[in-house]
Amino acid sequence: MNSPLAVIALVGRMVVLFSALMLVPLAFALFEHDAAEQHFITAIAITLGVGLVMSLATRRFLRELQPRDGFILVTLTWLTLPAFGALPLWLAVPGLSVTDAYFEAMSGFTATGATVISGLDALPLSVNVWRCFMMLVGGLGIIVLAVAILPLLGVGGAQLFKAESAGPLKDQKLTPRMAETARGLWTVYFGFSLLCFLAYRWAGMSWPDAFMHMCTTMGLGGFSSHDLSFGYWNSPLIESVAMVFMMLAGVNFALYFVAWRQRSLRVLWQDIEVRAFYTVVLSTVALIAVYLTVQGVYPSFAQSLRHTAFHVVSLATTTGYASHDYAQWPVFAPLLMILLGCFATCAGSTGGGIKMVRMLLLLKQSQRELVRIVHPNVVNPVVLAGNAVSPRVMQSVIAFMMMYGATLVGLTMLLLFSGLDVVTAFTAVIACVNNIGPGLGEVGPAVNFASLTDFQTWVCTFGMLLGRLELLAVLVLFTPQFWRN
Amino acid sequence: MNIIILGAGRVGESVAESLVSEKNDITVIDTDPQRLRTLQERLDLRGVAGNGIQPSVLEAAGARDADMLIACASADETNLVACKVAHEVFSIPTRIARVRSPEFKRGSKLMGTEGFAVDEVICPEESVTTTIGKLIEYPEALQVLEFAEGAVSLIAVRVVSGGPMVRHIISELPQLVPQVEMRFVAIYRKDDLGNDQRVVCDGTTRIEPGDEVFVLAATQDIRRVLDSLRRRDQPVKRVMIAGGGRVGLRLARQVQRECRVKLIEPNLARCEYLTTQLDSDVLVMQGDSTDEDLLEREQVQDVDLFIALTNDDEDNIMSCLLAKRMGAKRVLALINRRAYADLVQGTQIDIALSPSQTVIGELLAYVRRGDVEAVYSLRRGAAEALEAVARGDHKTSRVVGRRIDQITLPRGAMIGAIVRGGVASEGDTGAVRPRQVIMPHHDTVIERDDHVIVFVPRKRQVREVEKLFQVGATFLF
Repeated sequence: MNSPLAVIALVGRMVVLFSALMLVPLAFALFEHDAAEQHFITAIAITLGVGLVMSLATRRFLRELQPRDGFILVTLTWLTLPAFGALPLWLAVPGLSVTDAYFEAMSGFTATGATVISGLDALPLSVNVWRCFMMLVGGLGIIVLAVAILPLLGVGGAQLFKAESAGPLKDQKLTPRMAETARGLWTVYFGFSLLCFLAYRWAGMSWPDAFMHMCTTMGLGGFSSHDLSFGYWNSPLIESVAMVFMMLAGVNFALYFVAWRQRSLRVLWQDIEVRAFYTVVLSTVALIAVYLTVQGVYPSFAQSLRHTAFHVVSLATTTGYASHDYAQWPVFAPLLMILLGCFATCAGSTGGGIKMVRMLLLLKQSQRELVRIVHPNVVNPVVLAGNAVSPRVMQSVIAFMMMYGATLVGLTMLLLFSGLDVVTAFTAVIACVNNIGPGLGEVGPAVNFASLTDFQTWVCTFGMLLGRLELLAVLVLFTPQFWRN
Repeated sequence: MNIIILGAGRVGESVAESLVSEKNDITVIDTDPQRLRTLQERLDLRGVAGNGIQPSVLEAAGARDADMLIACASADETNLVACKVAHEVFSIPTRIARVRSPEFKRGSKLMGTEGFAVDEVICPEESVTTTIGKLIEYPEALQVLEFAEGAVSLIAVRVVSGGPMVRHIISELPQLVPQVEMRFVAIYRKDDLGNDQRVVCDGTTRIEPGDEVFVLAATQDIRRVLDSLRRRDQPVKRVMIAGGGRVGLRLARQVQRECRVKLIEPNLARCEYLTTQLDSDVLVMQGDSTDEDLLEREQVQDVDLFIALTNDDEDNIMSCLLAKRMGAKRVLALINRRAYADLVQGTQIDIALSPSQTVIGELLAYVRRGDVEAVYSLRRGAAEALEAVARGDHKTSRVVGRRIDQITLPRGAMIGAIVRGGVASEGDTGAVRPRQVIMPHHDTVIERDDHVIVFVPRKRQVREVEKLFQVGATFLF
């Protein structure tokens, strides 16, 4: 049984690479001469050292990986990198416990956006840069994970479906070689990031703020360098820029790549997942804007539209920015927005949750069963974009939903057991498993996860990891069959 | 004319059958010698066994002296390649290919002499779909055929009491239905023995309920013509199609927007494919179209039109009879065998459609000499309607510059409509005249380049009409 060692060798290499990423915040620290300069140098030294030891000590076990190793690799990567990412935070932020530092790093790396740190504005600039920069890196990892790695492992209903199908979705396999595909996706991702960066600067942010918010927008994370998040600027223009890029990042990045290749936006316009995503988000904006006006929360419709649009987009795309304490709204609105975050984003985007494509498949499946009751002889397989979805894929989607439900209930019960109230426990779990960020109650937009006990924090950390790796990739490690030779 | 037919399948056989009777020299190529032998015994033609894309086989079939190649083998690629070989190696002047895939369009660069060198593409599935589509659009009609690029239509309709024209004589037409120009070209009426007899059709003929009448009119007037002959039927809203083959799929795709479609197909894998090709509100049912329980469960009694399109004539007839018995408003059966088609027409089955007949109409236009633009078989080949172009001038042509009553037509034949203008005539640099549809009278003078639509009651008279429209030798030199 030497497979874990081979995986560790690979993870070691990744840790070495990861230490190089810390040069970015270090550069900010050196430039600003802020308090975290020394801490970053220490963290880089430790990370590099451990990484080298890990990879060198196990080098002789290195071999061609088997699909089964992939699961361990993915999970181990998402466990290890946050640990090293937490290092500078733990060193630089006074009074931050190991639990909280790891939670914060996991939140960054899974692009969740839940935070335990208050007084963000007082932190050294480089620490904030590092928190946000992890989200950009995490977002990139998510795309590659979704488009390239998970299909290879054969998990994740949506990805599996795309790898199997013919027709327009076949373009998911964008180029014959995976390295090419990854490169193409990174180009698209960084292209949008650059645009986002410049747009924020143009809209009125300072250069460092524009950089940090670009990172957290593209990863659909939601960290901010200010306690007030977007409320700090209170500018409709900045909020609009954020909305545009959140909506862009909520779409399957592979589609942008195809659209760019074909020099035509048709592929985006015709993708039913994208259409559903936009339809759902826009209609919810309209619904809540009217609801808030009728309820008299804001004096004018224009005002309620502005706040509604920003928060619906922010939560539906699993970002989690806030410009306002929306928890004060009548509870229907914030709860609907959080539930939207469970499924609205497209597969292959940086968003979290169930993903729109699985939701569409399930809706079609239910519709199909209803027709079948009236017409027993009918043949109506679930058809998505002109392809019949095989029963095998439908089963995996249904299994995913079962596990998703079980995860939500299980983690909520754990939090209730530890003494949290229902609203806080439930929304905290939803916000973590779907990688949204803020929940309601004690973990609402105006407060944060700092009030949780260590146990509760670990539960939430685990929730973020599960949600980000689409459940199955992690849960398979808990089956005896996986470890049996 | 020397004609080579490639493929002795259903289409090839029908084509051969109708061309043999027109005194052509026919050679059929097929890979199955047994099939050729039976064909040879039945028809006066020659069979050559072999693969028709090989030059040696084509040579053996007399490709050097052939005037035309009609490639109707089952595979598109065979037909395309055969046309290319016929052009490159043997220079056969006219090459016609049956191509099922809609991606190979007539007149595209791919079909030009640089490409596959196909002069004309025929597609039986498409012709049948168009025909049925017309019948769904005009539920009262038995047949709707278009001439002169759709300007004029020939409508076959069974008269039912309720229309203003019924039980009146034809010369009363202008008073009864003003503003609608139409021309009765033939009337068939059941005699005492139940056989259809052609009735002489002039101003004094009275139109009786139950008559099958053929009317020529401008296409935009079809609706009003039908209204004058019978009360209007409900538009077709619910359609049930039995058989999800190529025709079934094409038809369902064509009408899925306007109608609620239910499609019955026995093969499960095919059913699944159909669902991916059609809108989600088309219901695809797996089952047998002759299964009474299935038809009942799917409420065949509410169906406006039941269409049987399977490959099996007997199944089509039986499921149509069953559907009719169970209350379907109208039923249409696709019937390949001509004998069956004649047998069931006018019985419980409202419309019997023969796919080979619809294609042959298209084909005949290319086989026939003279400037014949379109030929359609009516009443399953008994009568024909053809569209001929009047070429030449008063000296060389026997029709140009003459009044209708000066032209000697075969007995019973009738000039039904003239389409004038719309296309720039050769050598004419002047402005294009707007296209007009003329319902001719005895003193109408036919001009150069008129498209004349002639109804011919007996097939053997077609040749005489064609000769009439051929220009004299002096015109050519």
